[in-house]
Amino acid sequence: MDNKIKMQARKVDFFYGKTQALKDVNIDIHTNKVTAMIGPSGCGKSTFIRLFNRMNELLPHTSFSGEIFLDGMEINRSSVDAVDIRRRVGMVFQKPNPFPKSIFENISYGLRVNGIKDRGFIEQRVEDSLRKAVIWDEVKDRLNDSALRLSGGQQQRLCIARCLAVENEVILFDEPCASLDPISTAKIEELILELKKDYSIVIVTHNMQQAARVSDYTGFFLLGELIEFGKTQDIFTAPRDKKTEDYITGRFG
Amino acid sequence: MSYSRIKEKIYKWIFTILAFSSLFFLVGIVIVLFKEGIPIFKEVGFLKFMLGRKWYPTHTPPEFGVMPLILGSIWVTIGASLVCIPLGVGSALYLNEIATFRQRQFLKPVIELLASIPSVVYGFFGLVVVTPFLQKLFNLPTGLTALNASLILGVMATPTVCSISEDALSYVPRSFREASFAVGANRWQTLTQVVIPAAGSGISTGIILGMSRAIGETMTVLMVAGGAAVIPHTFLEPVRPMTSAIAAEMGEAPMGGSHYHALFAIALILFLITFLFNIIAEVISRRFRVKLGLSG
Repeated sequence: MDNKIKMQARKVDFFYGKTQALKDVNIDIHTNKVTAMIGPSGCGKSTFIRLFNRMNELLPHTSFSGEIFLDGMEINRSSVDAVDIRRRVGMVFQKPNPFPKSIFENISYGLRVNGIKDRGFIEQRVEDSLRKAVIWDEVKDRLNDSALRLSGGQQQRLCIARCLAVENEVILFDEPCASLDPISTAKIEELILELKKDYSIVIVTHNMQQAARVSDYTGFFLLGELIEFGKTQDIFTAPRDKKTEDYITGRFG
Repeated sequence: MSYSRIKEKIYKWIFTILAFSSLFFLVGIVIVLFKEGIPIFKEVGFLKFMLGRKWYPTHTPPEFGVMPLILGSIWVTIGASLVCIPLGVGSALYLNEIATFRQRQFLKPVIELLASIPSVVYGFFGLVVVTPFLQKLFNLPTGLTALNASLILGVMATPTVCSISEDALSYVPRSFREASFAVGANRWQTLTQVVIPAAGSGISTGIILGMSRAIGETMTVLMVAGGAAVIPHTFLEPVRPMTSAIAAEMGEAPMGGSHYHALFAIALILFLITFLFNIIAEVISRRFRVKLGLSG
């Protein structure tokens, strides 16, 4: 492995009630790289990335064991505040989920809840974030319109901008293109490639071509286990495990 | 036509008639209210009736000014909202955001049970418990006051406010909360800046329907509001809301006389007020469903 490690998962087990969703998962997320998680529906990949920003602890009747590190610090320790972790590790969800507020307020929300009050600073940051998410030109004249009036693809880029505004270090994408058309999908993929200059990125996807196009590393999940993890080109051209090969050649899943 | 086609037609007609019968009753009631209420406006004059400050229907000559009654209703309704908004919205927030599953399973039916207590029981409770308490507390000549009615009506309206607000809160998609947490908001910020605004119109609908319940309630106010048809200056004075005037006086008003028509006119005013409340609630809740992307 040729560069720095941003996040690590060690011996991760996760349960929904009594159902085991993740079994002994170990993974490294590299700094300024895109790491893709692939696998069939229900294999635990979304559950897994939600551990990186402690999102799963909002769900009732779940249990977790193992360790997750961010820059070497275990994030589930009682001395660590989940709010701080989520500030550093942002998330973009499967379905675009803008707040029923204006476009401007959607972006400024993350700044305001983190205690930033300076109006000029907020305005600048909103513009910067919208530019970075390549949606500024489409919305600059209607920042006070409701975000719900944007198209699905625009909403998803708005959600990415909302995430960027808090200046986190890692961005988790949970099937960000699942509900988008091919053109919007292409825009999001371009954006991800652009963002990896500044961020470490984890993306869950059902779309193997997408994983091949955008990622540097790929992990293949099956029934809660990480079957294989490595450089994307190795996984797609010379998988070591028969199950990985069957999946990426479309024999199941 | 075959037997089964005829049967189907009959079923269709039966259910159509059943469904439209409530419209029939509504129209019937409105017609009667107008027909029996209008004569008093002609006799006394609309403005004099609405703004008159004296309600002496049995004097000679009688005075039909409903302002004291309208103000009585407004006072107890405002008082009741001061009670039912914090109680109802607060319990809804607790049930939806804080309570564990088991606390919720226990508390929700208890709050809803409040709605099933007959109003005469509430009135009775107000009469024997709240009245002497208020009388002692404020050293009043009588505990039957606007305050007393407000307290009891507020408790009565609480289940309405609570269950509608609670529904509204639970309709707020989980994705909104997750989005808020994901940018580093804490629970309190998520609740006050995302969840409550998103549920805001639903909560206001609950409040308006609760108020509409309070303004239309009769038995309780008849028993505990004191019944004095004078313009109230503080919550510690007896009042005679519109509903209790109708209930108390209808029996002694000679049918077809001015007093009789005046009471119908009061009923008409009351009907229009609650009708307005319901329309406002409906408009707000429709806007709310559109806002959250639920079906309009």
